[in-house]
Amino acid sequence: MRSSWIDRNLSWVFPLPAILAVLLLIVGPVIANLAFSVQNRSWGIFPVPSFVGLGNFVSAFEDSRFWSSALNMFYLTIIAVPAEAILGLALALLLNRDFFLKGVVRSLVLLPMIATPVAVALIWSLMMNPELGVLNYFLQSLHLHRSLWATSPALAIPSIALVDIWEWTPFMALIMLAALQSLSQDQMEAAKIDGANALQRLFRIILPLIRPAVVVAVILRTIDALKTFDIIYVITQGGPGTASETLNVYAFKSSFLYLRIGYSASLLVILALVVVGVAAILNIWARGEK
Amino acid sequence: MKIGNELHNAWTSARKRTRVRRWTRNSFFYFVLVVVMIILLFPFIWMILTSLRTQVENTSAVPVWFFKPTMENYRSVLDQHHFLSYTLHSFIVAALATGIGLVIGLPAAYSISRYKQKRLAFAILSARVTPYITFLVPWFAAFRFLHMVDTYTALVSTFLIVSLPLIIWLMITFFDDVPVDLEEAARIDGAGEAEAFLKIVVPLSTPGIVASAILAFIFSWNQFLFALVLSGPHTQTVPVAVFNFITYGEINYGGLAAAAVLITLPVVLLSLFIQRWIVQGLTMGAVKG
Repeated sequence: MRSSWIDRNLSWVFPLPAILAVLLLIVGPVIANLAFSVQNRSWGIFPVPSFVGLGNFVSAFEDSRFWSSALNMFYLTIIAVPAEAILGLALALLLNRDFFLKGVVRSLVLLPMIATPVAVALIWSLMMNPELGVLNYFLQSLHLHRSLWATSPALAIPSIALVDIWEWTPFMALIMLAALQSLSQDQMEAAKIDGANALQRLFRIILPLIRPAVVVAVILRTIDALKTFDIIYVITQGGPGTASETLNVYAFKSSFLYLRIGYSASLLVILALVVVGVAAILNIWARGEK
Repeated sequence: MKIGNELHNAWTSARKRTRVRRWTRNSFFYFVLVVVMIILLFPFIWMILTSLRTQVENTSAVPVWFFKPTMENYRSVLDQHHFLSYTLHSFIVAALATGIGLVIGLPAAYSISRYKQKRLAFAILSARVTPYITFLVPWFAAFRFLHMVDTYTALVSTFLIVSLPLIIWLMITFFDDVPVDLEEAARIDGAGEAEAFLKIVVPLSTPGIVASAILAFIFSWNQFLFALVLSGPHTQTVPVAVFNFITYGEINYGGLAAAAVLITLPVVLLSLFIQRWIVQGLTMGAVKG
């Protein structure tokens, strides 16, 4: 039988372009970034990059702005992800049945997460405008106090979290809905006959069964929430002051505003370790509880 | 006879009661559904309303709900701000990042699916965990050194960091579903493995390829961070242009909203074709929708 060179070597020829692309686009920059993190370095040739060992990391741990940005990052994640999980579960349970125009509703539910983040952030910042925004009008109509939203240091992170929750609750909901729809009817019927009420059915039967999907959704969302950039940069750019500056945003500013490449690289190394660490802890915790 | 009648009456009234109960439960469900959908869609509704109002209506202390729609905001965005050329830049970059991603990604995904190259698959997935700025800083240094900032090459190659892993991971799940028997049948007919891939597997996977192409296009279209740093006057994409309207321009509510509608519209239209695969794509195939 005729067998060409490509066919005999397909298992490495086919993935070769992708491997080269991954090495060049992903692995290369990660190594370069590691190298930058132990250098005192700016853009361009001057000052000449010099090796400083772990100096950048030491500076980071002595930099109060590093700690406040790390704290903001966790604050945002801790508000947003649990809210998305709970609201997402509620939305999934609501949609888990047949109803009129189900297909249309499912397409509409997708919109917040596929809409361009810059457009999403823009429209929310118009809605949250303290003087003319429609959200303050709603608050006033309900006889509540007007809010400063993202322009107040205390509310900047919660306001960003609100946008994130709106954007990503549908994502959680659709993952959980997919899991709900794969459950067998027998188990539910058996629970009903045993006289379990709706809440007992939810906590004792449904949640344990869809747990793997919930874990995946929560881990993915946590990874992305820790790295949030677009909506923060468009709505507050980390402000007012540094009130909504997360580690990601601080690293961006260190590189492209303050031109401290080495320092920024060390922040990014720390951020990557935090993201991987948190994802690993969540994963272990999820397995351990089983 | 009498007992029969009473039984019959009891039965019909019981049936009526369940029907009434079901009706109340249903109308309660639809009420909740409508409220939830209004909350979920309100920002889009508000964006569209704002884009159709004049500046005076948009800056009134009490929101104007009923008004005569104006197209003035759209006209000014399209006329004054080179919006069409930004759209063209966005389109070129997104199309190239998608096309090159498919050419490189399809054979790789096929090989990973057939030869169970799990390690390679997970190496590709690591891009999902790493903060994107980690890739951006060295690439900016390199492109700056090569005088290539503000070129399509710079944008497309960094956009591939997002589109390539997405395409590969989605296509692995699609190729897993193509029965190996079909390829073996083709090989018995004298086709080589590469030929069987091109003539049998690719045509059979067209729906999956279309879905991953559309998703990769949407993600490239939405890309902000890489474009913010690496684009310039010759390649500025729409999200960056809109960001610049916000930070440098005067606050023209209608114009900003019109620009937001114009960026979002293509994405929304494309998403209608692939709504089944969006969750699968966003979870890198971890969850099938």
